[in-house]
Amino acid sequence: MRPLKTLKRLYDENNQVVVTEKGSPPRVIFSGEDFLLEDLPLGTRVVFARSPLQGVPNPKAAIRWALNHPEGMDPLHALLRPGMKVTIALDDISLPLPPMVTPDARQTVLEIVLELLADSGVDDVHLIVATALHRRMTDAEMKRMVGEKIFNAFHPDRYYNHDAEDPDGMVELEHTAQGEVVALNRRAAESDLLIYVNINLVPMDGGHKSVGTGLSNYASLRAHHNPKTIRDSESYMEPSKSALHRSSDRIGRVIDQHLKVFHIETVLNNRMFDGPTGFLGKREEDFTEMDRLKFQGLRYTLSKLPRVAKRKLMMSIPAPYDIIAVNAGATEACHEKTLEACWRQYSVPVQGQSDIVIWGVPYISPYNVNSILNPLLVQVMGLGYLFNLNRGTPLVKKGGVIILCHPAYDEFDPEHHPSYIEFFNRLLPETRDAMVLEHKYEQEFATNPSYVHLYRKGNAYHGAHPFYMWYWGENGRQHVGKVIVAGAENNHVPELLGWERTDTLAEAIDLARGATGRSASITLVKSAPILQTDVRL
Amino acid sequence: MTAKAAFYDVDGTLVRTNIVHTYAYYAMNRGSLSGIAGRTLAAAAQVPLYAALDLINRKWFNEYFYRAYAGLSEDRLVVLGQEMLEDVLKPAVFPKAQDLIDEARRAGCRIVFITGALDFTVAPLAELLGADDVIANKMQFVGGIATGKVIPPIIEGANKAHAIRDYCVKHGLALDQSFAYSDSFSDYAMLAMVGRPTAVNPDVRLRSIARAYHWPVLDLR
Repeated sequence: MRPLKTLKRLYDENNQVVVTEKGSPPRVIFSGEDFLLEDLPLGTRVVFARSPLQGVPNPKAAIRWALNHPEGMDPLHALLRPGMKVTIALDDISLPLPPMVTPDARQTVLEIVLELLADSGVDDVHLIVATALHRRMTDAEMKRMVGEKIFNAFHPDRYYNHDAEDPDGMVELEHTAQGEVVALNRRAAESDLLIYVNINLVPMDGGHKSVGTGLSNYASLRAHHNPKTIRDSESYMEPSKSALHRSSDRIGRVIDQHLKVFHIETVLNNRMFDGPTGFLGKREEDFTEMDRLKFQGLRYTLSKLPRVAKRKLMMSIPAPYDIIAVNAGATEACHEKTLEACWRQYSVPVQGQSDIVIWGVPYISPYNVNSILNPLLVQVMGLGYLFNLNRGTPLVKKGGVIILCHPAYDEFDPEHHPSYIEFFNRLLPETRDAMVLEHKYEQEFATNPSYVHLYRKGNAYHGAHPFYMWYWGENGRQHVGKVIVAGAENNHVPELLGWERTDTLAEAIDLARGATGRSASITLVKSAPILQTDVRL
Repeated sequence: MTAKAAFYDVDGTLVRTNIVHTYAYYAMNRGSLSGIAGRTLAAAAQVPLYAALDLINRKWFNEYFYRAYAGLSEDRLVVLGQEMLEDVLKPAVFPKAQDLIDEARRAGCRIVFITGALDFTVAPLAELLGADDVIANKMQFVGGIATGKVIPPIIEGANKAHAIRDYCVKHGLALDQSFAYSDSFSDYAMLAMVGRPTAVNPDVRLRSIARAYHWPVLDLR
């Protein structure tokens, strides 16, 4: 047994970075709908998320306080006049991940706001899910998000999904000074007051991005959803270093000049798991015998299930998030406070970059709730989200290696991701160059009437969406020397993505060391729960 | 922008009726009681034969089926075509069909209906839904009376694909940028001919093909 002094040096409960030594426990790593249990090489850094911050003791009181003490605006009740036209926009199902236990934070906010509106004689109220080019939420999902009472009172005439392709449903405002198109949902644009109810899970969300993206259309999104803007963003998870946010801010400021927008932003902690899966939020050093038993039980169960059933099982476990902050008021002043709360929860200081960084890719992303994490989404999780979850300095060194743990199965959901299928099978064999893809094919997919129809009338992501997924990975592609998928069950998916594959994580590490040298530094990021590394050089 | 078209099969794709419904309307509006009774009973008696032929070979079905029109006058058929739009076709248009056509129009497509039905039955519907052109079967008339024969080539199966190719050549449209929509496996050739095929309300065989070839699948119902 190691002496207490050594143990204290290796691990203490306030430290988010643990160095692997002889005797360190094996790590539980997400690999799609399964888990790996892996011993890592000695010296491997393991970065953990912070413990969940304490939620506000009374969420309803916190919301009321925020509405009465907004940043840079009068209190909400002072903005209301009898007979006025109010639109409430809501973040869609892409937030939070996994969907939270009911009541959802949006329901809690709405119950207070709708009561206030009714008391103020405001009857002309519409609720719009700010989907942008995301898929329409189903009725069941919409009901779960706001609760049965609100759903029954407003749906379908006054509670519906945004439609960015409705020719009569969009209005174009003036362009920004940089010539960016500013388009907005007509109902929202013609309202006396727009209230945006947001959930901030990562710092990329919220602020001007809420309205300027969520209620806009393809023409407006093109201004910043393009490979050049992504290349110019050091990290799109760090708004101060993101060209994406600078463009979004310019668009948002034009909107704010034309329309009174009152934001209500909620920040959640990172309590993604609880009860039977609560051990997933713990460091392995903290596992009790019961946790180990639960993990083995879960792993055994998953091993006996077909993938569809595994997915269903995992998707059916909601996250017991707590609200840790509620801010309200004008866009920028409110969002500044929101970001502070986000950093408190998500930012983890890390000393120095690594030659090799390992991420487990879980079964869920913002774009496949109740669906399949298809190869393009594995790509966006690895080179987009996980790579960008930093504050401007990537965790992996320039030219380094990323190892992603995922089966990389060739499965797509034709209901949710029809255009992804064509993108993956027709375009990627021709080129992986984001600039070429944008120039040659984006418009064609965006205007394909079948995809437009599936977006408007079905539950499909817009025809342009797979391109955005590819652009999202652009920073990562430009930065790293190699991506290896550990556990990929086929050759062609990694090959089409421009990646290499191995059967096991140990083989992937060997392969990565072949490229970076035997003394390469290795870091495993244990995400989820979500964390954002603050790399100090 | 490249000139392109969107080709739509009609029966089962945009409307829930098929050519048998259409003929039944003509039979029921024969003009005299004996005519109505005669044609309706004859049509009813042949339903099993029609069904079997449709199952075996759509071309045989069309050839045999259109014999039933023999003896009907051209002007009567045209007038009834207009009435049939109101009575039969308009209520049978799928709720989202007009949206799909409008979306193709906004994408810069020329809208073309391509159907095994007879031209005078489809023309009013094409006008209603805003099609630019109709490629349909044409009945042969002698002295203003239908002979029951269709002027070849009969628009069905592979001939639909040929007709689409010829249409694109004639109008300078890019076949590989054009769209085709159908509900039936019998239209596989037409769907495979264009660059952007889509299955609409597909039957089991077409759904399976669409999934295998990664074609989008729409439901307009």
